[in-house]
Amino acid sequence: MGRLFDFMLPDNKSPLTADSTDGLFHFINEVSLIFLVGITIALIYFAIKYKRKSEDDKTPVITHNNTLEITWSVIPLLIVMVVFGWGYSGWLNLKAVPNDAYEIQATGYKWNWNFNYENGAQTLNELHVPKGRPIKVVMQSRDVLHSFFIPDYRVKHDVVPGRYTYVWFQAEETGESVIFCTEYCGTSHSDMLAKVIVHEPNEFEQWLELNGGGIQGTPVEQGEQLVSLQGCQTCHSIDGSPKIGPTFKGIWEREQQLTDGSTVVVDENYIRESILYPGNKVVAGYQNVMSPYEGRLSDDEITNIIEYLKTIN
Amino acid sequence: MAITEAKKMTTLQVKRFKPSENPTNTFLTDEKGVWAWMTTVDHKKIGIMYLVAVAFFFALAGFLAIALRTELWTPAKTFIEADTYNQLFTLHGAMMVFFVLVPSIPAALGNFILPMQLGAKDVAFPRLNLASLYIYVAGAIFTFAALASGGFDTGWTFYTPYSSDGNGAGVIWVTLGVFILGFSSILTGTNFITTIHKLRAPGITWDRLPLNIWALYATSIIQVLATPVLAITILLLSFENIMDIGIFDPALGGDPVLFQHFFWFYSHPAVYIMIVPGFGIISEVISTFSKKTVFGYWAIALSSLAIAFIGFLVWGHHMFTSGQSAVATTVFSFLTFLVGIPTGIKIFNWIATLYRGSIDMKTPMLYVFIFLFLFSIGGFTGIMLGALSVDIHLHDTYYVVAHFHYVMMGGTLIALLAGLHYWWPKMTGKMYNEKLAQISAVLIFIGFNMTFLPQFIMGAQGMPRRYYNYIDQFTPFHQTSTIGSYILGVAFLIILYYLVKSLFSGEKAPSNPWNSRGLEWQSTSPPDFHNFDHTPVVINGPYDYHKPMEEFQLGLAVSHEGHDAEHAPAEVDTTEEKA
Ligand code: HEC
Ligand code: HEM
Ligand SMILES: [Cu+2]
Ligand SMILES: [Cu+2]
Repeated sequence: MGRLFDFMLPDNKSPLTADSTDGLFHFINEVSLIFLVGITIALIYFAIKYKRKSEDDKTPVITHNNTLEITWSVIPLLIVMVVFGWGYSGWLNLKAVPNDAYEIQATGYKWNWNFNYENGAQTLNELHVPKGRPIKVVMQSRDVLHSFFIPDYRVKHDVVPGRYTYVWFQAEETGESVIFCTEYCGTSHSDMLAKVIVHEPNEFEQWLELNGGGIQGTPVEQGEQLVSLQGCQTCHSIDGSPKIGPTFKGIWEREQQLTDGSTVVVDENYIRESILYPGNKVVAGYQNVMSPYEGRLSDDEITNIIEYLKTIN
Repeated sequence: MAITEAKKMTTLQVKRFKPSENPTNTFLTDEKGVWAWMTTVDHKKIGIMYLVAVAFFFALAGFLAIALRTELWTPAKTFIEADTYNQLFTLHGAMMVFFVLVPSIPAALGNFILPMQLGAKDVAFPRLNLASLYIYVAGAIFTFAALASGGFDTGWTFYTPYSSDGNGAGVIWVTLGVFILGFSSILTGTNFITTIHKLRAPGITWDRLPLNIWALYATSIIQVLATPVLAITILLLSFENIMDIGIFDPALGGDPVLFQHFFWFYSHPAVYIMIVPGFGIISEVISTFSKKTVFGYWAIALSSLAIAFIGFLVWGHHMFTSGQSAVATTVFSFLTFLVGIPTGIKIFNWIATLYRGSIDMKTPMLYVFIFLFLFSIGGFTGIMLGALSVDIHLHDTYYVVAHFHYVMMGGTLIALLAGLHYWWPKMTGKMYNEKLAQISAVLIFIGFNMTFLPQFIMGAQGMPRRYYNYIDQFTPFHQTSTIGSYILGVAFLIILYYLVKSLFSGEKAPSNPWNSRGLEWQSTSPPDFHNFDHTPVVINGPYDYHKPMEEFQLGLAVSHEGHDAEHAPAEVDTTEEKA
């Protein structure tokens, strides 16, 4: 059904979460438009009709009119109460996750999204989900506030360090939808995008199967996967180009100037420290923006990353 | 008011004082030189200095806005880096809010007009008034110090933990700047409340108070009650930053959502600090230029107070997606709608005032019409954002950016422009070029809508705010918006041009160019150093256009006051029935 303000909203791809929101959005817009047109017509009409004829114009003394004033207080009051109730019920629905929802863990950090599945599958900035099934995304942040927003589903929630928050939705068509970070989080906030990829249920099972069990291979291969899954490449290039952080190309045994004036030679311990507590030794010419990976990467994983970094020349 | 009422009936000797059209002595001729201005306690000079400071910051922040819009011409980099962009939008927002809108109407126009509308010689505490100006300047210096020490990029909301971990000295400096600035606001508020209670000229009863005064009164109450909370929040933030005490930062055991509660506990009332004084100006201008009593005086006066009080209870509507408790969310949404009603009532009352008026579309009135249109849109979209489910979708998108620009710029700033043009002749003694003024008002209207209407659309489509980069689909909206901002820029330059020009070669302003019944117009233009050279006596309401002008020009007939000996004293008492 086409409505006047359809052009303002993105496609509705999760009717269970979006329908109520959209209905209310249209309702408020349409009622507002009626009021606004009324106000505008009144303004223009009065301006023309009662244009000043002379400086001696006499005007009537109309101090107030109770009937009129009560009418124009009560009618808007009733309308906004409807709006409140409608918005409230829609919001309750957004909070009430269906029981059979499929749960996916999401982690936001400067400036990437990681998604973890029940069988150990991990993705970076790609949320794979099956069509036609309620999905619950449980979110946490590793550093500052972020916010998880999927316009096509009309869901959004802040991602707060130190606590879990969630959103749910049910995608009804296959394809892709964009995910934005909508809580300001620093330099690359506007690049902290991800996408939802909606599969047919059986395709999703296959995808999950294929990626299950997490990271595998030789230490170097595992290190490579970790570096790409953990979003290190948002800030570190492997081709020598400078980004927010120093490039990984040729990093092994490179002599590195630090902000405090001293120099270090990159070895295992330095890399380990740089990953766990990046603030301890900050490379000269760079800001201390890398968030600490303490508690997020195991010792084995760090060892594998080091093995991989040694190979980038 | 019935005579039988047990109220004190004082009989005063009054006579008519017609303001001179050729004043030789005015507040501008009385104290001259830079030092005299810097040490003055004259509310009019202080008001003008505030006005200059506010204009300076507006120009600066406006210039930044143009830079931001230019950067957004293309996705990714157009001409500045992401970090620069983030610093600029923070600076733009912080300056516009704390240095422009909060002080603009009360401290600049209010300072000048409030004592005059009360028939007082000055505010109650003139020295405190000067102190508040210097505190404002000190706050500004801290902000520039913040820029010098590496800048800050937290957004004007300073959300933790982003603002507390590793963001360097800039944040500490600027928040201290805002902390200091708060005192300036508190002092102005205290001063106004006292002045309104204590320094009203004989005959100005509460029901004859101009609506501008009611609005400033409500504003002052909010300023005095809300600003200390901001101060404490900022102190806590600084403690955390400097001493690593965990209050808001979860890494130190604090709670980031708590910061948001504290911040909005001030900053939501602060949006009423910004808009309510605008309501006052609209009431004054609309009455003068339709030569008519304001419709629903009490509804307008009391709704300002109602807004001031309910405004304290809705801060959580900025936090619907933050993870605050469900009960809180529900209550905040409900109360938000309640605060919308008094605002709606005002709009209807103003429109009803026009009915059967004698409408003169001079520049101030033109701005009132623009205000009514833009502010209505701001209000309707506010209802949209108050609706829980819809806000989930719209929060932190350009829809919000558009909404608050419609309210703050389309509302407050347009009201400020209305007031500035309205009182300009009184303040400077000069008339501006009406034609240029009308042209620029129309340009502002066009430019404004072109800048901000597209933002509603792209916001609803999903474009998040505080984005340096964006996905291609939003390009046309951003480009329209940018062109609109250039039109706005040109319009403001024209305003600057003709206002400055009027100072040097403007036509001389009569004492009451708009034939207003407001008391401030019964002084010379520009006013005497003591505002009036007599003690005004008021026997009518400020909007009683059905009463002859003579009745608005009375003053105490004390022999040593006044200089016009020809008028014989008349005997009038201060109650209505004799008038
Ligand atoms: C938010 C951007 C960002 C992310 C994501 C990031 N880093 Fe960094 N990293 C930096 C910056 C900036 C520096 C330089 C400043 C410093 O030393 O803290 C740095 C420094 C380093 C260094 C020291 C480099 C040198 O040349 O001395 C290593 C090693 C490192 N990062 C590894 C990683 C690994 C491994 C990951 C992923 C697990 C990662 N970083 C993720 C920004 C980032
Ligand atoms: C009275 C006038 C104005 C006020 C009070 C005002 C206020 C604000 C505030 C509070 C912000 C938010 C900053 C933040 O998110 O931290 C902001 C953002 C912004 N404003 Fe203004 N502004 C005004 C005029 C303008 C004008 C005239 C323009 C355009 C020419 C403009 C363009 C912008 C832009 C581009 C942003 C950044 C949006 C973003 O990246 O999220 N503003 N403004
Ligand atoms: Cu972000
Ligand atoms: Cu608010």
